[in-house]
Amino acid sequence: MSEVQLRGFGWRHAGRRAWAVRGLDLHIRHGERVLLLGPSGAGKSTLLAALAGLLPEDSGESEGTLEIDGLEARKARDRAGIVFQDPQTQLVMARSGDDVAFGLENRGVPAGDIWPRVSDALDRVGFPYRINRSTAALSGGEAQRLALAGVLALRPGLLLLDEPTANLDPPGAELVREAVARATGPETTLIIVEHRVAEALTLVDRVVVLEPGGGVRADGAPEMIFAAYGDKLADEGVWVPGFSTPPVKAATGADPDLVRAEHVAVPGRLAPVSIGVGGGEVLAVTGPNGAGKSTLALLLGGLLAPGSGRIEAFGDRRPPHRWRAATLTQRIGSVFQNPEHQFVTSRVADELALGPRRVGRSPDEVRRIVDELLERLRLTKLAAANPYTLSGGEARRLSVATALATAPRLLVLDEPTFGQDRRTWRELVDLLAGLRAEGHGIVAVTHDDAFVRTLADRTVPLGQPAPAPLPRRLRP
Amino acid sequence: MTLALEPVADPSAPLARRNPVAKLGAALLFSLPLIATVDPFTPAAALLVELVLLPFFGIRYRVLARRAAPLLLAAAGVLVTMVLFAAERTGDLLFSAGPFDVTTGVLATATGLILRIFAVALPGMIVFATTDPTDLADALVQNAKAPARFAIGALAAFRLLPLLAQEWRALTLARRARGVDAGRNPVAKLRLFASTAFALLVGALRRGVRLAVAMDARGFDSGTPRTYARRQHFTTADTALLAGAGTACAAILALSIALGFFRPIVG
Repeated sequence: MSEVQLRGFGWRHAGRRAWAVRGLDLHIRHGERVLLLGPSGAGKSTLLAALAGLLPEDSGESEGTLEIDGLEARKARDRAGIVFQDPQTQLVMARSGDDVAFGLENRGVPAGDIWPRVSDALDRVGFPYRINRSTAALSGGEAQRLALAGVLALRPGLLLLDEPTANLDPPGAELVREAVARATGPETTLIIVEHRVAEALTLVDRVVVLEPGGGVRADGAPEMIFAAYGDKLADEGVWVPGFSTPPVKAATGADPDLVRAEHVAVPGRLAPVSIGVGGGEVLAVTGPNGAGKSTLALLLGGLLAPGSGRIEAFGDRRPPHRWRAATLTQRIGSVFQNPEHQFVTSRVADELALGPRRVGRSPDEVRRIVDELLERLRLTKLAAANPYTLSGGEARRLSVATALATAPRLLVLDEPTFGQDRRTWRELVDLLAGLRAEGHGIVAVTHDDAFVRTLADRTVPLGQPAPAPLPRRLRP
Repeated sequence: MTLALEPVADPSAPLARRNPVAKLGAALLFSLPLIATVDPFTPAAALLVELVLLPFFGIRYRVLARRAAPLLLAAAGVLVTMVLFAAERTGDLLFSAGPFDVTTGVLATATGLILRIFAVALPGMIVFATTDPTDLADALVQNAKAPARFAIGALAAFRLLPLLAQEWRALTLARRARGVDAGRNPVAKLRLFASTAFALLVGALRRGVRLAVAMDARGFDSGTPRTYARRQHFTTADTALLAGAGTACAAILALSIALGFFRPIVG
């Protein structure tokens, strides 16, 4: 159990002009459970890193004080535990039990105490497998549960959760929330950063809203905060509970199919499915993890050859995966789940100019296209920035813009709204609705129910995962 | 992608069960001295010993053959290089390939080099085929007193390797989706490869940093002396394995010298 006291705390990362957080006065008592909110860029993650003692003195400039149980955070490292977003980069060891033991070994826990504490931590988070389960075989939600167990085994008085469900599908997120709920009792002080407020509310009894310029905007019981500040927070992109979005459906029927897939299948990844998408419609592909949604997106995007079945598109007698890239990108645009995979250049404007140049547009045309897209997707100010330095929302907008630059009639998006704040979400929905009205066909692979309800004209649910082929070798 | 270094052997085989550091040490002790000679006899004898011992490591010959297949490429390379560029062309002329005289001397040296590749590489392959990476890291820290920062850090990085293959695939597809492909132009292909590799590297570095932070958050940098959840023991059997490897190597070299095959690499 730990107490947190901030007095005029501020932190500026080395080499940055703006303070990430500043002027924070905050007192969190023993056993309190706090949801930390604020628009993107308000410094929530920086604050958590500071609380976890993970901001080395030489990595920036600090002001004010931040104390845990009266100790400076860097000296109270063993009192705080933190779970991050990405399950892939939190697990250290190859076997689940070893991973939980890793922290205990680091802290010098006597060997005889390690394994009882490991199984205790695994029990607390409801980890369903034995300790020798390979960490590579875990789903995202299971991996986050294991990461949580690894932190809880160290018995931190202060548990920090930095968007622990942002990279997970809804069932995975539910696994993690359940684990947090059952594993943390009144003896743990809890601070959560989470975009999806409604889901996190069951875990907390206090909400603190950070002001982007510095300081605390609001602090109190959840109901009170959302009654007083709900509208403003929702405008700033926070997923405030109770704000639904009216559906926007197609005004007219769909044009004939732009792309048709007949009984396409990929062994071990996608069971046979037939699907057609026309101009002027939004088609949502839903289904559980492992059902092959992303594989279907790659097939429709002309990026993968089907194992069996046929794909016809744009009246071409060759299937899309055999087209030259320059042809493909003028007909079908693909937007990947991770925007950074698609960035090829080192400036936002170059990124947008790349496609049009590759397909032979004149320099004047290229400039016009780039300016228009920068404007349309609110990226004008970032034209000279490096794509890798953009925030999540900006990177998502840029990745959609790059796909639009070559004016394809069909757009295939893989989890476009994943991890986005409410504002970017709204912009994406409006943008896609606008494209549909212009006659574009849109396929979106998604877990996002709100997105489907709001925008989709048709939904194709994919079934159970295709049976996996036998592994080449079985581990002893 | 499955990792090429995953253990594939029967873990209960008598020699597979030995301490990973002992196995690694034995492999080095046995194979490194072989580099000292360029004759074909010494590596051939060593190879024979290695193949005879294979069942005691619980590895089936077929599995090893599949693993060792890439070495054939290196062997072919050696053969071609020797035929084209060998400075000494002693011995009887067998045949001439254009301007290149292929003599018994050339073939003997080439055979020696090829056998050497296999004889030196095989012990290492046996070690990794019979050793779990976690056990190796544990043994390096506990028995060889390697710094945990290095051994466990490398182990954690190792876990991220399969991700690189997935990442490479995604990057390649994403480039095609952006309208970037090389067609048949080899220069464009090379440039595309370089740009994809760069993006892969950037991604790998970021992931590495995230992993390092997560490890430190769990006290990896705490400076407290670490305890060990998994014990690795170095027993007399392990010492015997090391001694056996050294003795076997010495015996082979002695035999080679006695029979007059030994040709030192220097001098």
